[in-house]
Amino acid sequence: MSTSTSLNTEFVKGLWKENPVLASLLGLCPTLAVTNAAMNGLAMGLATTFVLLMSSMMISALRNFIPHQVRIAGYIVIIATFVTVADRFLAAFLPEISATLGPYIPLIVVNCLILGRQEAFSSRNGIGRSLIDSLGMGLGFIFVLVVLGIIREILGSGSIFGFAVMGDWFTPWMVMILPPGAFLTLGLLIALANWYNDPSSLSEIRIKQ
Amino acid sequence: MSYFLLFFSAAIVNNFVLSYFLGICPFVGVSKKVSSAVSMGLAVTFVMLITAVVTWLIYHLLLVPFELEILEYVSFILVIASLVQLVEMFIRKVSKPLYDTLGIFLPLITTNCAILGLALFSVLRDYSFGESVVFGLGAGAGFTLALVIMAGIREELELAPIPKYFQGAAITMIVAGGLALAFMGFAGMI
Repeated sequence: MSTSTSLNTEFVKGLWKENPVLASLLGLCPTLAVTNAAMNGLAMGLATTFVLLMSSMMISALRNFIPHQVRIAGYIVIIATFVTVADRFLAAFLPEISATLGPYIPLIVVNCLILGRQEAFSSRNGIGRSLIDSLGMGLGFIFVLVVLGIIREILGSGSIFGFAVMGDWFTPWMVMILPPGAFLTLGLLIALANWYNDPSSLSEIRIKQ
Repeated sequence: MSYFLLFFSAAIVNNFVLSYFLGICPFVGVSKKVSSAVSMGLAVTFVMLITAVVTWLIYHLLLVPFELEILEYVSFILVIASLVQLVEMFIRKVSKPLYDTLGIFLPLITTNCAILGLALFSVLRDYSFGESVVFGLGAGAGFTLALVIMAGIREELELAPIPKYFQGAAITMIVAGGLALAFMGFAGMI
């Protein structure tokens, strides 16, 4: 019973409490770069989660064979291999998304989130637990990317996932889909998460009720 | 003249940090003091310059002739990781205080997206050898510029009354947004 509880904890922690973006500030480059539309955020999140899951599985399985001194180089080669797989897959089956995301797909290789999880978790835990941990972290990452994408897409182009939701009266805020909008939205989102997590803020009253 | 334009474009107009979002981790992590920002910027510029040279040679003399482009990412990242290791050893030997200031962020240059991004962009845009080198220098200069400006602002921010929940990363992001907005003013220049 205790095992299943702790497995549950491993999964849930990535979703909010140790959320890779909002709490640990990992993987900020893709978070900022591709979230000018919700669809791009989702695609990026899924690709990253795929790489995270596959490399966690591989590294966890090989954790007793990789020499300690060269582990980082070893991890990076494994991660780069799966990124190549994801990149070729997207180029073959979803060429439009592949073209939009451009060099940010290969840049998953250097996403600190992935390397961080390998170093902190997969290299010390069994395959099952590593997969659960990666899945939680991946979903937490997708969550932030999609939320950012939705906010920026509504304000910047007046649509969600490409469907127009704002009427003709709405003038799109061009700045939201440009780089400054990314920084501003993420800054506000981090502040919101700080407020929500702070025990002395209103949120605790709300949870108790 | 086109070399100058390329340098200017990589450093200012299409600044790596503020318009491509490459290298955000050190941008947030090492931008608390101007002095460490300068050394970090120089270290990254140096690695970028070597990366531009080495990855161009590998891609055009090794991967293309043997039709091994599929190994692009794996070989690039391995080369970058070894280069960073060399730079780290060099800095530790030459200047111990600098080594201690940069701390964990020195090995993390490997996972600095700006370095791999540089190599990928040069391949993507089909730069010649000379163009790659100038592009690397420009990108490094732009990274240093953004980092130093940010560190200057954050030194002032220490004294500012920031709302509790905005302290730390949140205010840094919002300041970066303001900087990005300012840099967009250069957009029409080239």
